[in-house]
Amino acid sequence: MDSDLFEFACRMGDNTLVLGHRVSEWCGLAPVLEEDIALANTALDLIGQTQMWLGLAAQAEGKDRSADDLAMLRDVWDFRSVLLVEQPNGDFGQTMMRQFLFDAWHVAQLDALKTSSHQQVSDIASKSVKEAMYHVDRSADTVIALGDGSEESHARMQAALTLLWPYAGEVFEDDTVDQAMADKGIAPLPSTLRPAFDARVRDVMAQSTLQIPDTEFAHKGGKTGARHSEHLGHMLTQMQWLQRAYPQAQW
Amino acid sequence: MNASVDQLWIWLQDVPDPEIPVISVVDLGIVRDVAWDTSALVVTVTPTYSGCPATAVIALDITTALQGHGVKDVRIETQISPPWTTDWLSDAGRKKLNAYGIAPPSPSGGPEACPQCKSTALSKISQFASTPCKAMWRCDDCLEPFDYFKCI
Repeated sequence: MDSDLFEFACRMGDNTLVLGHRVSEWCGLAPVLEEDIALANTALDLIGQTQMWLGLAAQAEGKDRSADDLAMLRDVWDFRSVLLVEQPNGDFGQTMMRQFLFDAWHVAQLDALKTSSHQQVSDIASKSVKEAMYHVDRSADTVIALGDGSEESHARMQAALTLLWPYAGEVFEDDTVDQAMADKGIAPLPSTLRPAFDARVRDVMAQSTLQIPDTEFAHKGGKTGARHSEHLGHMLTQMQWLQRAYPQAQW
Repeated sequence: MNASVDQLWIWLQDVPDPEIPVISVVDLGIVRDVAWDTSALVVTVTPTYSGCPATAVIALDITTALQGHGVKDVRIETQISPPWTTDWLSDAGRKKLNAYGIAPPSPSGGPEACPQCKSTALSKISQFASTPCKAMWRCDDCLEPFDYFKCI
């Protein structure tokens, strides 16, 4: 078992799984049809990427578990997703702010992973980054349109940014798993992605007429699994309901 | 006797894409390889988008079609690298898409003309449309909305 690679692949796959599920909660409920479809398509891309990352995790673990087993049969403490992605959807603006903060990191991370020394990591990243580029184009456009929109939409987007900003920093925290990945040339050290993220976020927030909170404080505990917020457990009871009620049920 | 690889490609040319039945899986560029592995036929397929829900149906359709031609043992293998690109859409596929009302991908990042009235006065409605591979546009002259196959 390659435990560092397993951790790393779980972090990538759990981020896309938890956000993919959150975004899918909008299906049929979005403010307009076009946005409903766009959200569902984004969720699909993220779940598709999850199959690849958790497939790699299962392979690195070597315990005969599948990507589906990892997604549906683990509980909160085994999830390695950052706290940002498990935050509730809130209103549409809050969902799009969460998406943009995630996408801005995701694109930088996938772009760096394209040149990973690990062939499968590089293949998955090369496939995923094409989708993530479309995600960030759309989430940035929507944040700008709503931030620099009406008085009401501006106020809601500022509230969303103020609420979510302390959750944006966790992806850039380096730990021993990250160091092991960087030493092997598999993944960049997370802190090295911060300048590209900051540049993109500053540019989009300036166009959105939104103020980035003046704090570096970052909530932590999701990526290591040490302290997820209460929200993740509630989400998993929905997402894993069928496997919990009917263990081993097949599609 | 095993069918020749050339014959197999001709048969695959008749397997429609389940979401856009006017083009075949070969036109779409998702069949990457066809090869005999002793008695089994291995068809290598690449997904368009990683979460495309049509992927499982495509594998089933290819298997069913080839079995209909007498190929007993078909194995579908998924390959993600190199990632699928709209550059692999055949010229015939592009023409069929346009005739069907879906604007084919264009390097400019948007449709070249309305598939209905050929006007070039167009506006984008949404980055995403009925499937992840398409965006939604509208013709400002004939006012018809239409799908545009996004470049990827």
